[in-house]
Amino acid sequence: MEVELRNITKRFGDLVANDEVSLTIQPGKILGLLGENGAGKTTMMNVLYGLYSADGGEIFVDGKPASFASPKDAIAAGIGMVHQHFMLVPVFTVAENVVLGVEPTGALDRLDLKRAREQVRDIGAEYGLEVDPDALIEDIPVGLQQRVEIIKTLFRSAEIVIFDEPTAVLTPQEVKEFFQIVRSLRDAGKGIVFITHKLGEIIELTDHVKVLRGGRVVGEGDPKIMSQVELAELMVGRPVDLVVDKVAANPGKAILEVSGLKVLGEGGDVAVDNVDFDVRAGEIVGIAGVQGNGQTELIEAITGLRSVADGSISFEGEDITHHSPRQVHALRIAHIPEDRQRSGIISDFSIAENMALDSYYEDRYGRGVTLSWPQINAQSAKDVFEFDVRTPTIFNAASTLSGGNQQKLVAARELSREIKLIIASQPTRGIDVGSIEYIHQRIVAARDAGVGALIVSTELDEIMALSDRILVMYRGRIVKEFAGGGSDVTEIGMAMAGVAQ
Amino acid sequence: MSAGQTSKVIDKARERHSLVVGVILIVLAVFTAWVFGYGTVGDATFRLAMRGDSFKVGDLVVPAAPYAYVVAAILAYFGARLMMRSGSRRANLILGIGLILFITAFLTWATADHSFSLTGMLKSTIIRALPIAFGGLTGVLCERVAVINIGIEGMLLAGAFSGVVFGSLFGGWAGLAGAAMTGGLLGLILAVLTVTYRMDQIIAGVVINIFVLGLTSYLTSQVLAKEAFRHLNDAPVFRAIDIPYLSDFPIIGPLFFQHNLFVYAAFAMVAIATYYLFHTRTGLRARAVGEHPRAADTLGINVFRIRYIQVTVAGMVAGFGGAWFTLGSVGRFDENMTSGRGFIGLAAMIFGRWHPVGALAAALVFGFADSVQQKMALLQTPIPSEFLAMAPYVATIIVVAGLVGRARPPAADGKPYVKE
Repeated sequence: MEVELRNITKRFGDLVANDEVSLTIQPGKILGLLGENGAGKTTMMNVLYGLYSADGGEIFVDGKPASFASPKDAIAAGIGMVHQHFMLVPVFTVAENVVLGVEPTGALDRLDLKRAREQVRDIGAEYGLEVDPDALIEDIPVGLQQRVEIIKTLFRSAEIVIFDEPTAVLTPQEVKEFFQIVRSLRDAGKGIVFITHKLGEIIELTDHVKVLRGGRVVGEGDPKIMSQVELAELMVGRPVDLVVDKVAANPGKAILEVSGLKVLGEGGDVAVDNVDFDVRAGEIVGIAGVQGNGQTELIEAITGLRSVADGSISFEGEDITHHSPRQVHALRIAHIPEDRQRSGIISDFSIAENMALDSYYEDRYGRGVTLSWPQINAQSAKDVFEFDVRTPTIFNAASTLSGGNQQKLVAARELSREIKLIIASQPTRGIDVGSIEYIHQRIVAARDAGVGALIVSTELDEIMALSDRILVMYRGRIVKEFAGGGSDVTEIGMAMAGVAQ
Repeated sequence: MSAGQTSKVIDKARERHSLVVGVILIVLAVFTAWVFGYGTVGDATFRLAMRGDSFKVGDLVVPAAPYAYVVAAILAYFGARLMMRSGSRRANLILGIGLILFITAFLTWATADHSFSLTGMLKSTIIRALPIAFGGLTGVLCERVAVINIGIEGMLLAGAFSGVVFGSLFGGWAGLAGAAMTGGLLGLILAVLTVTYRMDQIIAGVVINIFVLGLTSYLTSQVLAKEAFRHLNDAPVFRAIDIPYLSDFPIIGPLFFQHNLFVYAAFAMVAIATYYLFHTRTGLRARAVGEHPRAADTLGINVFRIRYIQVTVAGMVAGFGGAWFTLGSVGRFDENMTSGRGFIGLAAMIFGRWHPVGALAAALVFGFADSVQQKMALLQTPIPSEFLAMAPYVATIIVVAGLVGRARPPAADGKPYVKE
């Protein structure tokens, strides 16, 4: 089955998410869609999948015009999509999730789960995607959940499978397995669309690449003969430096010391288990690991957001194990939280208000019970300019910013004040390469000025680029330590997957 | 490995849990021996036969004090075992059995030197549980598609009112149909407010309650009370139907097979709802909508339509159940005659862990407490019967607080769905 999208245009209010984009999905080929967040990749595919209706353009299936008013139509036409955030019901079994919407039934609308199980097994055997059909989704690891998503599309006899940022949640090892699966799907004659912002994956996996920027196709070609730098420049629209420029670290004495730390997770389980490490002044310590291995809880414990079950945390010799977030903040520790929407900004507040959100109590922003708006506004304007937060004014609500700009807003607030330690979780999540460069430079500059930094990221590239020392976290423990720069990615990847050395 | 650590933590939690249960059982044992056993004289006589039984069974005569001591011994044994061999997985089951034994000892003590009809009390348990069961089932149906229904009380009341009006005008069956339609209409309104207009679900429900209470109270006192309209508040009542053969069995017969239509309907609806939710295609889709509406949407399932239909049908169940107050018992409507049963239905839903059978079982527990309280008032025990009436609600609070294993509502419960 061949699908052609011709001159697709999609607008959200004033924003043009897709501007006359055309592409063709061919059977037995992997088409890469490369672009930064907000470039319009996902929008494009949501149009094809019937989730959005296009404002202009046409879709052709095998040369015949087609239109999809809802996912139901797209599924019926043989299009399947594996979403970035899995669309699985956690309390249902694998089989129930697979058949949902196209259930085999007997008399009286009775669900035929026995047949569903068999069908799941059959598909698993055919494509090498074995999963226990009776396992609950919430009990199986992310890699398996992704398999279930793939089985879902195959169960609906999809001829075209769209993957939206499929590797974001996987370990390097799982990524390898996943690529194998994608290749076998291609060899079985399926048309594949692979959406990503990772250059390496495009080069390794795809047969043809389209690069999107600002809703338009800005380039395409055979990734086998295109270089990373070439692709990156197309994606960003200007020359970029893919490596972070930095001189060797000159670490001073330890400022943050964590010893024997134990922190409980949401369900009372041990999320951080007997963790010891320190961060010295003037060095960047990176924590690598697959999401959900205790990094969140560790950061929350250090910043005072989560109570510590056992062990101690000290900062410049002062015990801060049971400090409140305010006390931690007052010690000049910056915190860029992992989820900006949930804990980084108040989206109904203006940009200026968000800029003062952490330091409003300090003298520079007011006296007694009053706030000094001129000061706040002046500082905000300066930060917004410096960190290139794209907004008409500082009085717009934070919710009007794109995700990347919200992230820059948080980084600007945290990094612009006088600090001694930076604690950052996913500091560049969802922002464009240009801004990533800038935030990385700021962190490195702070390091060179003697500030310590603790960076948590699930992007191994980011950890590798920034860190002077790398700690790998797996199931709540720090399982291995690597020197930054020049360490073997495979070895770090193995440690992230918990493979014993 | 932290997997080992994690299971250790779970073990610790379980250990602490069974220790707590053990202590509770020992306390109950001491209480049973001290209060129910010590100084109690006489036999408790439970009459099992009902008037009109074809086969008579004898009375159950229990010597009160010895029985209390036996129960105390069993409780103490269970308690001690749990405390010594802590970490038992069956702590909750043992606690349940222990509580049932404790209640039987309590009843024996209260009845010492007296006699009362045990079968009669159990029968009234079922009847008192009825509106709560209907309310609970309504709640289960709504919350399984992630719509919180605080308006069950109002829907029951509306059903009771329209049941009596339609019943008075056109007969009992028309009354039933009218009640179900009215409940369904209120369900539809709730769906419009919460699904389409994404109004706060709690407020929408409260609005329905206040609206129905105000309207029915006004109509009752200002319209139905007038001489010219009095005939509108006089409906025929559905009489008990004896199921042939089955109703002749002693004890079981009068308990389950000599009721009116509403009781049979409640049991049937719970069975149908269970089959529907857990064994049909539509039920699977409905539950998916309650757990992860976006996933359902991406698979071409119409989230809004499923919510609309299910909340409306749930309203019909509540309307039908509300008709029991008038058409199933007294044949006339009084202001606020549901007196909070709808809210207790919500508690039954939580206690029953969002399962129709669970909600029914919880409703029976509440009904039992209600009817025991009635009997105790007659037997003149030293314990004020109001305390007993409180017991099930204390139990609900404990369950909701998560002390006896966490009850988990549908993941999307209470959240409106916004299409992208």
